Amino acid sequence: MYRYDEFDERFVRDRVAQFSDQVARRLDGSLTEDEFKPLRLKNGVYLQLHAYMLRIAVPYGTLSSKQMRQLALIGERFDRGYGHFTTRQNLQFNWPKLRDVPEILGLLADVEMHCIQTSGNCIRNVTADHFAGVAQDEIEDPRPVCELIRQWSTAHPEFSYLPRKFKIAATGAQHDRAVTKAHDIGLRIVRHPDSGEIGYEISVGGGLGRTPMIGKVVRDFLPKPDLLAYLEAIMRVYNQEGRRDNKYKARVKILVHEIGTEEFRSRVEAEFATLDGPSVNADPEELARIEAYFAPPAYETLPRESAALAAARASNPAFDRWAGTNLTPHRADGYSAVTISLKPIGLAPGDATSEQMRVIADLAERYSFDELRVTHAQNIVLPHVRQDDLHAIWEALVPAGLATANSGLITDIIACPGLDYCALATARSIPIAQAIQQRFEDAERQTEIGELNIKISGCINACGHHHVGHIGILGLEKRGIESYQITLGGDATENAAVGEILGPGLPAEEVPGAIEAIVGVYEAERNDGERFIETVKRVGLSPFKAAFKELSHAAD
Amino acid sequence: MAAAPKRPPLPVILLANDLLDGDVVFARAEDAGALSWTRDPALALVAAEEPDAVRLEGFAAAEIAAQHVVDAYLVDVAIGADGPVPRHFRERFKTLGPSNRPDLGKQAGEGIAARRSA
Ligand code: HEM
Ligand code: SF4
Repeated sequence: MYRYDEFDERFVRDRVAQFSDQVARRLDGSLTEDEFKPLRLKNGVYLQLHAYMLRIAVPYGTLSSKQMRQLALIGERFDRGYGHFTTRQNLQFNWPKLRDVPEILGLLADVEMHCIQTSGNCIRNVTADHFAGVAQDEIEDPRPVCELIRQWSTAHPEFSYLPRKFKIAATGAQHDRAVTKAHDIGLRIVRHPDSGEIGYEISVGGGLGRTPMIGKVVRDFLPKPDLLAYLEAIMRVYNQEGRRDNKYKARVKILVHEIGTEEFRSRVEAEFATLDGPSVNADPEELARIEAYFAPPAYETLPRESAALAAARASNPAFDRWAGTNLTPHRADGYSAVTISLKPIGLAPGDATSEQMRVIADLAERYSFDELRVTHAQNIVLPHVRQDDLHAIWEALVPAGLATANSGLITDIIACPGLDYCALATARSIPIAQAIQQRFEDAERQTEIGELNIKISGCINACGHHHVGHIGILGLEKRGIESYQITLGGDATENAAVGEILGPGLPAEEVPGAIEAIVGVYEAERNDGERFIETVKRVGLSPFKAAFKELSHAAD
Repeated sequence: MAAAPKRPPLPVILLANDLLDGDVVFARAEDAGALSWTRDPALALVAAEEPDAVRLEGFAAAEIAAQHVVDAYLVDVAIGADGPVPRHFRERFKTLGPSNRPDLGKQAGEGIAARRSA
């Protein structure tokens, strides 16, 4: 894992001191709310419905055990004993007091963490494939480049007052688990088809929110050393030409859309050509220094398959089910990546208690080279586990309520905080997730249905990624009550697509029935072994719309 | 030129978030008639007439300026058995807490204090 150098350490400490001073000046009246708000937002402090909220950056989703324990401690001492892991691979605390935030930031700095650039119109925390460095389909670990971008973008003088927020996601794998196409910039590490050289495919202008768009590829192949200069060119074009007159049109996706991908590309290339690459690009020595931190851990030489795992699976059906859903093949023989589900039936997706965080931290320390990942699907990953140890891990997860066997299944629902916490929400999302989970609680049924992503947002901002859910649910207000609009056919992977609306909005109580009807159509239409999203793409929306229509008639 | 403040239909209460703690507070009337803040929605002062609502607005502006609260605004209410209940579901949640966590927030009796400084 990356470790702060002297400069990182001093920068983060200085920021804690600076923000402590800003809080003090707010409290003594020298700063008004209008003056203070942008300052607190730059440090991850929001005001929610019931309290302040603190958003903590988990850069590219990687955490150490020590960091996770510190989060547990903060949750216990300054919050209500739990935190919420988000689609941005961050952690949010829902109840901090403003007066305590400086102390919390100090505790974070003690473990090389911070809240810098988790909000505001700047380059946000860079997100990455949660199986980075692990996945078998990976060309190269994307985290060194994420760390490089983090250092380059942190307090970047030119890009600290952008027209709007800016989100970058990176993957080094063929299969896109980082939703790169729904980010302002999506980076894919690719191999040049002719030379075999490693470089980047760069997409720009993806985004969700009220105007969902899939990112457009502006460069098929960018040589690795040119990355920062090319990013700088993109940022400069956006910073100068992105709209500042209307915040709903200020994201880079609108600029790309309005002037067209070709024109955007040529402006970026023109800017790139005028830049003095060597003065902007990272020193290869610095990149090598960063890369060294992400070197693979010292795996043991193990047989490809573990006999202990096979035996444990054969003798314990519950363990077998969990192993069938929550493990991902690892590139090292005899190892697996474990997904710890934060989606137990009937609880808030992504919430973890301080006790659970400690259980997870202990497991990572003992079994996974001290390393953890936060996924955009609001789960936690133990990235490097010996298959021989899986049964012991599962036995530790069960009593902590962390052994739900549903990774990627219908109850592994993404949901934003919605109106239970969020000041911008138009409707609740957590109770909808809970109701659907309860409806599909039966494990057999979930396995029969197979991979299906439901994603729920409590307003048009789409923090819950509903646009790219196989089934998306958007909470709105209609005539004074909460109303839910259902979309179908969204896809968050390399085949990224925005879902289409199935019909009129439904009241909360009818949502589980509607999901049931959609699943029913899939079960009737699917070919052997066909996943939900494949069936939707093959048969199109009409049979689903028909079933949906019947449903709303029945409701009349 | 300032536009006339958009005021919800009467009766209304005034709510805000405490600057330091962030939790929800409501304007109340002291025995002597002066306005102050309470953390208990049941004690919120209900303004049934226009001049009362104007007075609450004045209090909101003064208290924001005095760095006591943030995000203060009027909310229209119905009068229930236990006091005023916001008509809109968003504001009802604000007086209760997260609906998925009945153990937290005002609905659980957390931080219910008669006075803001208590
Ligand atoms: C204080 C609570 C939050 C506020 C005020 C907030 C605000 C917003 C806004 C205004 C947008 C729309 C941006 C645009 O269209 O230009 C947005 C998008 C988004 N937010 Fe949040 N959000 C909050 C919580 C969250 C949470 C909890 C998550 C993760 C679960 C999250 C992740 C995202 C994502 C993934 C998007 C869509 C991607 C995009 O930027 O286009 N946000 N948020
Ligand atoms: S989608 Fe809306 S309701 Fe959900 S967290 Fe984002 S801003 Fe809040």
